[in-house]
Amino acid sequence: MDTFLLDLLGNQILAGVVAAALVLVFVLLFALVAIYAELKLAAFMQHRLGPMEAGPHGVLQPFAEILKLLQKEAIRPDRADRWLFQMAPFLVFVGCFAAFAVVPFSPLYIGADIDVGVYYIIAVSSLVVIGIFMGGWASNNKYTLYGGVRSVAQIISYEIPAGFIVLAIVMMSGTLSMQGIIEQQGGGFWNWYVFGGPKSGSTTSMITGGMISTPGTAASFLLMPLMAIALLILYSSGLAETNRVPFDLPEAESELVGGYNTEYSAMKYAIFFLAEYGNMFVVCAIATTLFLGGWQPPLPRFFAQYAGLGSPFWIGIEGFFWFVAKSMVLVLMQIMLRWTLPRLRADQLMHLSWKMFLPIGFVVVIVIGAWITFIGAPNADPRQALSPAAAPAQVGVASAPAPVPSATIHNGGVRQ
Amino acid sequence: MADLLEPPVTVEPQISTLRAERALRTEEMILNMGPQHPSTHGVFRAELVLDGEQVVDAIPHIGYLHRCFEKHAEAMTYPQVIPYCDRLDYCGAMNNDWGFALACEELMGVKVSEKVEYIRVIVAELNRIASHLVGGIGTYGLDVGAFTPFLYCFRERELILQIFERLCGARLLYNYIWVGGLSHDVYPTFLDDVEDFIPRMRAMIAEVNLLLTGNKIFTTRTKNVGVLPADVAINYGITGPILRASGVRHDLRRDDRYSIYDRFDFDIPTGVTDDGAVLGDCYNRYWVRMREMEESLKIVEQAVRDLRATPSLLAGDVQKDVPKRIKAATGEVYSRTETSKGELGYYIISTGGTNPYRVKVRPPCFVNLGVLAECSRGHMVADFIAVMGSLDFVMGEVDR
Repeated sequence: MDTFLLDLLGNQILAGVVAAALVLVFVLLFALVAIYAELKLAAFMQHRLGPMEAGPHGVLQPFAEILKLLQKEAIRPDRADRWLFQMAPFLVFVGCFAAFAVVPFSPLYIGADIDVGVYYIIAVSSLVVIGIFMGGWASNNKYTLYGGVRSVAQIISYEIPAGFIVLAIVMMSGTLSMQGIIEQQGGGFWNWYVFGGPKSGSTTSMITGGMISTPGTAASFLLMPLMAIALLILYSSGLAETNRVPFDLPEAESELVGGYNTEYSAMKYAIFFLAEYGNMFVVCAIATTLFLGGWQPPLPRFFAQYAGLGSPFWIGIEGFFWFVAKSMVLVLMQIMLRWTLPRLRADQLMHLSWKMFLPIGFVVVIVIGAWITFIGAPNADPRQALSPAAAPAQVGVASAPAPVPSATIHNGGVRQ
Repeated sequence: MADLLEPPVTVEPQISTLRAERALRTEEMILNMGPQHPSTHGVFRAELVLDGEQVVDAIPHIGYLHRCFEKHAEAMTYPQVIPYCDRLDYCGAMNNDWGFALACEELMGVKVSEKVEYIRVIVAELNRIASHLVGGIGTYGLDVGAFTPFLYCFRERELILQIFERLCGARLLYNYIWVGGLSHDVYPTFLDDVEDFIPRMRAMIAEVNLLLTGNKIFTTRTKNVGVLPADVAINYGITGPILRASGVRHDLRRDDRYSIYDRFDFDIPTGVTDDGAVLGDCYNRYWVRMREMEESLKIVEQAVRDLRATPSLLAGDVQKDVPKRIKAATGEVYSRTETSKGELGYYIISTGGTNPYRVKVRPPCFVNLGVLAECSRGHMVADFIAVMGSLDFVMGEVDR
């Protein structure tokens, strides 16, 4: 898609800007849908109707909320640190939005298909810590300071078990590239990492058309319980990273009024809000990529291929649909958890992270390492897949489409 | 006189203490949980002295809702005071009215009919359930972070309020229990409505037990938090669910046997110690309130059954004992009842005549609030919120 944009616009910078704008549009649309889903799900779970006034069944409610936020007066506390106060929401949003650069939406589209996508996403989503702490401190308010402090402690504590789980999957997959990990999970839902990892000896890359060697065996089904636990830990750590219940102590309404975003109004609050929803999606995107097969369909081939529409365009569209669907399931689960569970206290949160998740993370890494050493073998890095020149010989065997140009913005000399 | 003019004596700190002080200086922070706060259950200001996240001291500041109830009562006749009594603990108004009506009936030597007694018991117990649903269960879940049980509680509370609305026209502040009787007779389907409500309430209790009582996060937030030992509770004069949660089986409905409570068979729940719970912790205060709702349902069930069994009871006039002319004897009376918050006492001094000379209220929430600092010392801010919610005080009663 990037080459398509390049051809269209003739200018790499402009192509990059347009690609980024597309992602921003997605984030905004997702926020709209997520706001509506949150309000309605909460209402139905609480035996009430939710928004019904704005539009039929309240579908225009998110627009109403955003319009309301836009037209509010931006109040800044008098003794708040001016620059930090104004910069904080944007830092949080940058931390969230920058992660979208490597979210693999579809075989056709990823913002930047870098070799170290997973590493990048974990690193960049830590930027929100600075933003939250800045917001908490700069508001000149003891409550927000508490919120900021708690949030910092919480986020950096939960990055570690999440990192261990990610490490386990990276060990199994042999690559840090987001698209690479997804490509290995093709060929049916049993090949997803949550079910133990790719089973067959090889699979075809949707992107390069080359063959990827995935020397998994059926015995890797035995890893399923461990992978399920790993997914739970990654998901819970993600909840903690985005300050969602049961880890929403930094914004605990009943204790700190609003936590670090108490003093923010209007657009700045909207940006915090947007960043929170964006972060929700990023966390679910990571979980989907690593464990649930990303944009891979649950059946061995894409539905479009079954329907005879095997062109890269349709596969790209369908991949996007699968990715967003899986992520949305996780997002909806996050929303439902928010309205079900009470919140953890600060020290219980820390206890959970350091004394429970972290040891389990260790165990997961050790078991996966032992598995790779003695039983299975790591999958090959699809970035070093066989060149497409060798692919056509096997195209007839597997029902692979023609090689699809990938949407890399930076041609890091990886392919072709 | 000369010693007043001398300058005050100052003591110079020793060098060694100065050096120790400069080595590690930590400051205590004063956090004001101001009158406007989502969690302070009304206009209440708690000045927290914090060391990091630990509460060193909690100084309550009250009076934001003071409406001069006792002074008003001196200017009005006895029946005119009843609507003001509603507004003390506005979550359980029937109980407040009843307490005052009992005191006046004692003063005036009025005896009410059986029908009035039964209906008073039914509405008072229903109001106790409604009060617990709001304070001890619903908003307590909200304080701890569980948003949904709050709405489930309000769904059932809505049924109770609809019954009361049909009964006397008001949802929250009823002016229903008058001196010598009731303001309105029961409407024809009153007993049916109450009988319909009971199984629905039981189902809801089962639901909330799943959501809150059995929830690991909730139990770790509330067990062994804010422990109030029984002797400390008695020394402070605590009554009500808080005292019972500390293990003291004291309930005025059983101990004083006012009205017709001796006819009903109900349990007095006290704190439990299973699974890490400590007598007198927040979990037990919550647990006692849950169990009390079940016991109140039992009382309502028995009362309705008795009323159904004796149809002639329902034929009486609820206003026949209401005195047309107030003639209070000279003297004083202290009468106490068990409301949802504890022992509510009215001390009335009468010098004859239509108005009381002095009405003094012994509000249970005011006394219960005294242990706030005691319970929360050494805990964290989040625990302070949990303790405050578990004490379940209503500022209308604290400030009067």
